[in-house]
Amino acid sequence: MTLTNLESIPGRTITEHYGLVQGSTIRAKHVGRDLMAGLKNIVGGELKGYTELMREARQQATDRMVEQAEELGANAIINVRYTTTSVSQGAAEMLAYGTAVRCQ
Amino acid sequence: MESEYGEMSQGMEIFLDILFLSIPFLVLLLAYVTGKIAEKRHYTRIRVREEQWVNIPAITGKHLPDLPAVASAELVVGSVVVSVDHFKRFLSNFRKFFGGELKSYSSVIDRGRREAILRMKESSPEADLFLNCRLETSSVSKGKGKAVGCAELVAYATAVRFQRPAG
Repeated sequence: MTLTNLESIPGRTITEHYGLVQGSTIRAKHVGRDLMAGLKNIVGGELKGYTELMREARQQATDRMVEQAEELGANAIINVRYTTTSVSQGAAEMLAYGTAVRCQ
Repeated sequence: MESEYGEMSQGMEIFLDILFLSIPFLVLLLAYVTGKIAEKRHYTRIRVREEQWVNIPAITGKHLPDLPAVASAELVVGSVVVSVDHFKRFLSNFRKFFGGELKSYSSVIDRGRREAILRMKESSPEADLFLNCRLETSSVSKGKGKAVGCAELVAYATAVRFQRPAG
């Protein structure tokens, strides 16, 4: 599965379009991480626990999108976009979407 | 004897009062010192790494007119969650009163974003060019009351590897 955020795949030709595919997940941070982040917050800088959390969430959203594309018989997803929304305090939605295509 | 003891306890009390009153200031001072050092170190690290990657640019364009034949293309992502230190947050309260640029916040976001771009590049060490680089910012939590206020900075692009001449 080739992912790209371009409208085409460099060096390959698209033979078929399957339309929009998407994957999303809503993640909450757990108490331990929140506590550590609270401490880290005094000093400032990177909150590694949250970075890890967001990375996992993005990976999961991507995996779900890829799964959906595979069901359609695609072998690549073009024009991939990521968006994040904070649904409520302490929870965030991660959405990945793109166009499933078949390419040579 | 008794009065002396009483005086001593009063002295102790004043000392404890001062100690308790100064705790918020001590926390502020700690935040200022550690925050400052961390920022300086981070900027040094960022500059060194940016120099290493200067020949492999990330561009926002989608096509280059004379792009060599492409061997592979893949999506790469780099992200970082940052928060502002206690001292800067304290200072920002004054700035919010008068208005204007929050310089202390801009520097945090700036180095977070540069870090995100570097992480994106480092996740694909073999790439020759990063096409269609997009930057995104989202606030992970708003930081009302006791909650932690922090923002996520994301950079993503298509890492392209050119075809090498055989041999």
